[in-house]
Amino acid sequence: MKYVDEYRDGEVARRIAARIATELQPGRRYHFMEFCGGHTHAIARYGIGELLPPQLRMIHGPGCPVCVLPIGRIDQAIGLALQHRAIVCTYGDTMRVPASESLSLMRAKARGGDIRMVYSAADALKVARENPGREVVFFAIGFETTTPPTAVVIRQAQAEGLRNFSVLCCHVLTPSAITHILESAEVRQYGTVPIDGFVGPAHVSIVIGSGPYEHFAEEYRKPVVIAGFEPLDVMQAVLMLVRQVNEGRAEVENEFARAVTREGNLAAQRLVAEVFELRERFEWRGLGEVPYSALKIRPAFAEFDAERRFGLVYQGVPDHKQCECGAILRGVKRPTDCKLFGTVCTPENPMGSCMVSSEGACAAHYTYGRFKDAAVVAG
Amino acid sequence: MRKPVSLALVEDAQVGDFVIVHVGFAIGRVDADEAERTLALFAEMAAQDAAAAATAP
Amino acid sequence: MAGKKDYQRPIDFKHGRIDMNHGAGGRVGAQLVDELFARAFDNDWLRQGNDAALLEVPDGHRLVMSTDGHVISPLFFPGGDIGGLSVHGTVNDVAMLGARPLYLAASFILEEGLPLADLQRIVESMAAASREAGVPVVTGDTKVVERGKGDGVFISTTGVGVVPQGRRIGGALARPGDAVLLSGTIGEHGVAVLSQRESLAFETAIVSDTAALHGLVAAMLEAVSEGAVRTLRDPTRGGLATTLNEIARQSGVGMELDEAAIPVLPQVEAACELLGLDPLYIANEGKLVAVVAAEAAGALLAVMRAHPLGRQAACIGRVQDDAHRFVQMRTRFGGRRIVDWLAGEALPRIC
Repeated sequence: MKYVDEYRDGEVARRIAARIATELQPGRRYHFMEFCGGHTHAIARYGIGELLPPQLRMIHGPGCPVCVLPIGRIDQAIGLALQHRAIVCTYGDTMRVPASESLSLMRAKARGGDIRMVYSAADALKVARENPGREVVFFAIGFETTTPPTAVVIRQAQAEGLRNFSVLCCHVLTPSAITHILESAEVRQYGTVPIDGFVGPAHVSIVIGSGPYEHFAEEYRKPVVIAGFEPLDVMQAVLMLVRQVNEGRAEVENEFARAVTREGNLAAQRLVAEVFELRERFEWRGLGEVPYSALKIRPAFAEFDAERRFGLVYQGVPDHKQCECGAILRGVKRPTDCKLFGTVCTPENPMGSCMVSSEGACAAHYTYGRFKDAAVVAG
Repeated sequence: MRKPVSLALVEDAQVGDFVIVHVGFAIGRVDADEAERTLALFAEMAAQDAAAAATAP
Repeated sequence: MAGKKDYQRPIDFKHGRIDMNHGAGGRVGAQLVDELFARAFDNDWLRQGNDAALLEVPDGHRLVMSTDGHVISPLFFPGGDIGGLSVHGTVNDVAMLGARPLYLAASFILEEGLPLADLQRIVESMAAASREAGVPVVTGDTKVVERGKGDGVFISTTGVGVVPQGRRIGGALARPGDAVLLSGTIGEHGVAVLSQRESLAFETAIVSDTAALHGLVAAMLEAVSEGAVRTLRDPTRGGLATTLNEIARQSGVGMELDEAAIPVLPQVEAACELLGLDPLYIANEGKLVAVVAAEAAGALLAVMRAHPLGRQAACIGRVQDDAHRFVQMRTRFGGRRIVDWLAGEALPRIC
């Protein structure tokens, strides 16, 4: 596959890893946070952790939109299906997230809820067209990458005069997540989570551009390197971060130059600005309430706003007392630090969202990396 | 294989362009020149590495 | 069964549909059995017209039996249909114990409203698969359920075969040092079926690999000494990853795989890439995994590659000692990961 295979070359990976190893300053530890689900997945799936030197640690930040989706929002989606009898269309990973009353969207489906997995927001629109007598709601989650598609379908619904389509908007913003992490007590005051730099998200940056990260580099003196989502991109970005740290620089660099520009996709940004506006506050699972971190639908498109249409009220629901998803999302703890990990909480029976989505830190570690926790005797 | 994707977000894309697709929508074009440049960067590192190995004691 | 002259008019396969009469046990149902099933499968046993079949079992052999329910939707997909699948699947399960499949039984649960044209196509496909495999359908049953209570048709097949005395092949017999062989490329059946699901809407040239593997198995077992082949299994639902984990668990061992050695068609790679799926977890219906003594691997691969269903056979890994029973893999990238059990249904990734 062109522009894909070349970025997965194992031989080049080894060379980059060797280079990283030679450039690390002796006695110094490096911690880089990535907050892109695609990066968490690539690191786990290709076993990149194994290739990086032990003094260099990758921290998984809150880049998985399913993981930061609070229980209360899933409850809303379930309620739309079971109480309001709407057809609820959702992306795949959301189906298994545990919500209140031992339900999940998948279990609600088993109870008779008409819940359908879609690959694209456009599919949800199709369902609405094909079922004019039913209410159809698209459960819109995701960071800035999935937001423009939602904007497109809302405008399309308006243009077509669809009367039965609406969106439950749970879109969140990446820069807010980063600020929240950098402002957290552990990072700012206690210094218990040393973060030396960030690997900027791939797809999100295609949309928002590299510009928005300049603020973090300046304000917090942390380097940011935007990386593509192929494994070589990630390795290269790590090398670039090591160099910035060694040279005392705190700039925004773009490894993903083949797809990311400074301004980003202006057409997509314009569409989003037309359809959405900022929420004053929004609850993130594990992070609590974060101001100006999420979007809601503008009054001009009110009839497509499921919250208004169905008079939904948001009810926050606390996590299981021993679930450490919050700390794990902030990079403060590792999956293995959680008492529930691998015992009560497994991919088959996830207690928190870090375990449900394959990009969650816990699921990724469990699925791809837990052999490292156990002593394996090679035969 | 073929799959219909929306070009609503990348309206100036032409047939033959490479695009990045996410949830059924093209969200950006892949700049072929930049792609080659990135790969060349990797190759350059490989060369540097070889050169370093050659001069190492 | 009543003679043909008792029926008033032949079944209209072009326009007719299954209705509750077909399941009532009366003349209408008997006519369907006669004109469709018995005619398509036609053999001595069915001609006896009994509810059961009297079978011969060769001396010096033991019986192997397997059963499978087929609930696939859609009923027709590129490369096959539920009928052919139900024959291949059960023939393969019997063959995976190293047995020679001899007879099949087939039970049909038909949904009211199922077009007879579809049923005819399915039954004829089954009959063709059965003939090609040399394994007759010797007894069967049909029932009808009300509209909405079935997905068109559910087919359950049971297969009976024989193994010679002294042959032991099973999932608990893998040992450290054994080689893990795979008969060909993975992921085609699952992708072919997914391409028919409306919600995913993509066109592809990928066709299901559904096939009967007992001929390949026989060739393999003939090529090496008894005992060299420890385990045979076909990686169906859950894919190669699930099958290998099952064997690892049953045998109490671990495995190390080489990703670069696992054959996957470029079109399947591309489809999985686009849909956010992993070929390791996608169903196959015409492939097998064999865990074999290391010294027999060479001979077996040669025999497999000489067979039409094993052209791309490869050694994909080794069995190793591991109390945790992990199936590990060296990635093409040079890293390492484990290939874990599937948790629930395989859902495409979004992010």
